[in-house]
Amino acid sequence: MSKGLLRTIAGAGLVLLAGCNPQQSAFAPAGVEAERINVLFWVMTIAGGLIFAGVIVLCVLAIYAGDTLRSRLSGERLITGAGIVFPIVVLSVLLVYGFVVLRAGAGAPPSDDGIRFAISGEQWWWRVTYFDADGNRFESANELHIPVGRSVRLELTTADVLHSFWVPRLAGKLDMIPGRTNVLTVTATEEGISRGQCAEYCGGAHALMAFYVVAQAPEDFKAWLAKESGPAVKIEGEHAAHGAQLFLDAGCGACHTIRGTPAHGVIGPDLTHVGSRFSLAAGVLPNTAEAFARWVANNQHIKPENKMPPYNIFTRSELADLALYLESLK
Amino acid sequence: MTQQYPAELPNKGPRPKEELEDLERIWATPKGFKLLTAVNNTVVGTIYIGAAFLFFVLAGILALVMRTQLAVPDNNFVSQDLYNQLFTVHGTTMMFLFAVPAVEALGVMLLPQMLAARDLPFPRLSAFAIWAYIIGGLVFFSTILYDLAPKGGWFMYPPLTLTEYSPGDNADFWLLGIGFIEISAIAGAIEIIVGVLRTRPPGMTLARMPIFAWAMLIFATMIVFAFPAVILATMLLELERAFGWHFFNATYGGDALLWQHLFWFFGHPEVYIIFLPAAGLVSMIIPTMAQTPLVGYRLIVVALIATGFFSFGLWVHHMFTTGIPGLSLAFFSAASMAVAIPSGIQVFSWIATLAAGKTRIRMTVPSLFIMGFLFIFVLGGLTGVMVAAVPFDFQAHDTYFIVAHLHYVVVGGMVFPLFATFYFWVPLVSRKMLSERLGRWAFWLMFIGFNTAFFPMHITGLAGMPRRVWTYPGYLGWDLLNLISTIGAFTMAAGVLVFIIDLVRNFRFGPGGPENPWNAGTLEFLPNDVYSTRSIPHVTSREPLWDQPNLAQQVREGLHYLPNAPTGGRETIITSVIEAKPQYVIQMPGPSWTQFAAAAFTAACFLLLTVKAVAVALTCGVLAIVSCILWAWQLDRPDQGEVDIGGGIRLPTYMTGSLSHSWWAMVILMLVAASLYISYIFSYLYLWTVSPEIWAPGGSPALPPLTYPLGSALLLICGSVLVHWAKKRLPAAGRLSLSALALLVLAAALLAGAVGLEVLGHLQTGLDPSANAYSAMVYMASVLTGQAAFAVIILCAFACGGLVARRLDRKRCVTFDNAALLYWYTAAQGLCGLVLIHGFPRLIG
Repeated sequence: MSKGLLRTIAGAGLVLLAGCNPQQSAFAPAGVEAERINVLFWVMTIAGGLIFAGVIVLCVLAIYAGDTLRSRLSGERLITGAGIVFPIVVLSVLLVYGFVVLRAGAGAPPSDDGIRFAISGEQWWWRVTYFDADGNRFESANELHIPVGRSVRLELTTADVLHSFWVPRLAGKLDMIPGRTNVLTVTATEEGISRGQCAEYCGGAHALMAFYVVAQAPEDFKAWLAKESGPAVKIEGEHAAHGAQLFLDAGCGACHTIRGTPAHGVIGPDLTHVGSRFSLAAGVLPNTAEAFARWVANNQHIKPENKMPPYNIFTRSELADLALYLESLK
Repeated sequence: MTQQYPAELPNKGPRPKEELEDLERIWATPKGFKLLTAVNNTVVGTIYIGAAFLFFVLAGILALVMRTQLAVPDNNFVSQDLYNQLFTVHGTTMMFLFAVPAVEALGVMLLPQMLAARDLPFPRLSAFAIWAYIIGGLVFFSTILYDLAPKGGWFMYPPLTLTEYSPGDNADFWLLGIGFIEISAIAGAIEIIVGVLRTRPPGMTLARMPIFAWAMLIFATMIVFAFPAVILATMLLELERAFGWHFFNATYGGDALLWQHLFWFFGHPEVYIIFLPAAGLVSMIIPTMAQTPLVGYRLIVVALIATGFFSFGLWVHHMFTTGIPGLSLAFFSAASMAVAIPSGIQVFSWIATLAAGKTRIRMTVPSLFIMGFLFIFVLGGLTGVMVAAVPFDFQAHDTYFIVAHLHYVVVGGMVFPLFATFYFWVPLVSRKMLSERLGRWAFWLMFIGFNTAFFPMHITGLAGMPRRVWTYPGYLGWDLLNLISTIGAFTMAAGVLVFIIDLVRNFRFGPGGPENPWNAGTLEFLPNDVYSTRSIPHVTSREPLWDQPNLAQQVREGLHYLPNAPTGGRETIITSVIEAKPQYVIQMPGPSWTQFAAAAFTAACFLLLTVKAVAVALTCGVLAIVSCILWAWQLDRPDQGEVDIGGGIRLPTYMTGSLSHSWWAMVILMLVAASLYISYIFSYLYLWTVSPEIWAPGGSPALPPLTYPLGSALLLICGSVLVHWAKKRLPAAGRLSLSALALLVLAAALLAGAVGLEVLGHLQTGLDPSANAYSAMVYMASVLTGQAAFAVIILCAFACGGLVARRLDRKRCVTFDNAALLYWYTAAQGLCGLVLIHGFPRLIG
């Protein structure tokens, strides 16, 4: 069966079954690794479906067929043939096929531009660190940018409990384990945004620990990287300036960093370019000024048990200014 | 088929009337609240199944709450914190409080009937295990009502379950509560192994054993080897939580993956532990419904053994995504696929049996549930092969695809056969059959509901939904699938409700149900009463009721073996392991409060430890030990001389040495202890590979001088020799031997000294158990040997008591033999520990 046909079936199945937005669906691969697995899935599903149908037919025949056929099915030959020989053959083929898929990713050359990607799972967000070719290091959070068509090595670690890094459209998942660095290789095949989510139960707000991966053309990625590595943008306007002052006065800098300002905290996500990200609070809220305000004042309700205390100290207009400032950090 | 009937029946009729009256009096079930003291397998077995079913319903209700929460996106029906407790308690209850106990309960209830034994060989041990489980289980489950329930998932992975991330007592309820229920499962397993191997009726060779007995034998053997791993893991984690001994904390050289290895070394066999007995039940019901012997009996036995064997070689397939090396992936992937073959053998044997029947299978309610089982289980098996393919598992792991797969396997593989069992074997314990009409409703609601609930989850998972999420956003395309699953879950629950209505309307506990309503071929359908069968039949084939005409009549009239109670107490025939030749008559204990008190105090001890009420807990622990001693004291009955069981066979009523059932139980207990210790040795070496830098002498204080381990070893060896001498100096009946007494006391003291010396040596080097993983592992060896030594010392004290009371002599020496066996085992384990702790670092350093 050709790959194209399989993909058509896969696509049809997807539309039929999973409905609307496939940005976290393994049925809509946008990476080399995920595509291979998707083909493997459909091959196994079709073969498994045929075997299942076969067993059911045999079972029905064993009960309702005529005497001749029934007596033919009643010997130990059925058991040795269908229960021993057949599975050994099928499983051997599948085993080899599985290894081929597994090996296929192993030999891919790493991206040659010398950029390293490190992701640390933390209760309940993702610390994303880039090391550029010159050894400069800068942080972001809950969003990963990668170049399309390059094999990218993601260095996965955890700061606390077990997490698992999973972007179904790009590749399978890999756990983040204390004391270890696991390396996941992904190769995006098309530009676009995919959603990922923590796949290893990590306590409390495990359900609310998502992130986005933005796959960009290599030159776009370079441009993005150049901007992302720089300090925060200049503050424009009186309200935003007030918001910036509130940010520092309220002690937000104890946990958060905004490069180019006195805020150097390392406990929480780096907010230098938070306004340019796709979402807030690890995929929980959209990135709007209104969402920033809700989050600051009411985050324990939106994402229970998260490590940021709720800030109810601000007046409504203060909150608006603070949100405006944060949202402006493009 | 050649049939060898005994030339004539073992006993002549008509039997005197008093015999039946004696049996009825001796085996009478205690009435009223004294029911708690009952030990007869049909009574406690029914209570056991009832309790397991209760937990099934309770955990099912939790599932409905979760499905309600997930019915629509962004739902707030339950809170995040409660949801995390719900799925933890749902999984834990279903696995530990429902599935394993339910199949063990079926073993307790059905095995003696299938083997036509009057009871299992250790009736009070089963009663103890059952009450410990019921009390502990109810307290554990009730934590969900007080917001105290554990919330680390049923797998309890550290570091999330370490005190740093899980403060409070929630996790301890899991570790201590479930930990000791595992001990009760082991007690049941020992009972079942000895029961299957030694209480079969004369003539029932291994090759004539009902498949269910084979399945239970393998089931129990798997428990013996699998459960100790999780017991060790539980001990290590509780020690880390309570005392800061770092086994799992990477900062101190521990490793979170050690837990996963130990947990899944238990956890994967666990799946087959649940499935094998259910498969055994299917292999009993299908031939009956098709009215033809099982096709491929020998192949099925081989398949059961192979499943048990393979299941220990695939635990890593739960860890494919942890980043382990490719070679391990390859090995465990192959093993995971290989285990499908024995299941295939069984499926096609059942199909062949269906085809072999002269007439078509009768579509009764049990048959329907078996058909449902086949459908669901085959699908679950196929998705199992899919996730055994490593790359696919990278996607499917920890998603709803796995939720679907595992429910297909365990609900299909175990719950459907269990319901078939309820309908099929109910006449053994109920005066009325269950309703065919309600049963059909129950089946169709459950079958349709199950598939509606779980089939869509395969798609939900691959559409990106991870497991254990309390809510999800509405824009990812998961809402409709989840709503369908929720509707299915409630439909299935309606089926269970119909079954409960059927129970209420028709289940009436007590003997006198319809006799062999399905025309089955196996012995459990012989006429039954509280004493089981009136006489124990001589068996000449696999389906005696089909092949030996009038067997039921002969058995009822007492024309087979042991139609009476020659020792005046409860008894049954012990036969040889392979050929089932009668060897002796075992005297068994009757109702008592002792095992119930022991169970209640054991449960209290563990649960009070959870809430850190240490003083009260230890008091309960002491009371539990006292209860056990009283219980064992009553067990040790004197020899009643030889008795006649019929057919010219005269059997002894007391047995020592390797023929004794007690020797067998002790040897199996030693296997349990040995598996625990091997898990420990694995853990020690595993942590060394993870963090060799903290091992002595480089990263930790140098080992104590060799005089310490050599001294400790000398004490162990001398103690073992003393026990051997004490055995030779046992007195003649009715006499007291002071030298035997003194030797035994001295031996116990040497054992305590050996453990003490080892600990002292390490303390003197300044090694602090909470320093790092190495130091914790060093002291752990002494904890394990100390624990065994504690049991040995109690057994020695018990034997000393027997000597003083002149109940222990050269012939009546089972209690001494048990103490000696465990002593020698403990000494051997202690020596292994010394070699590991003192030899290994020197070898690598």
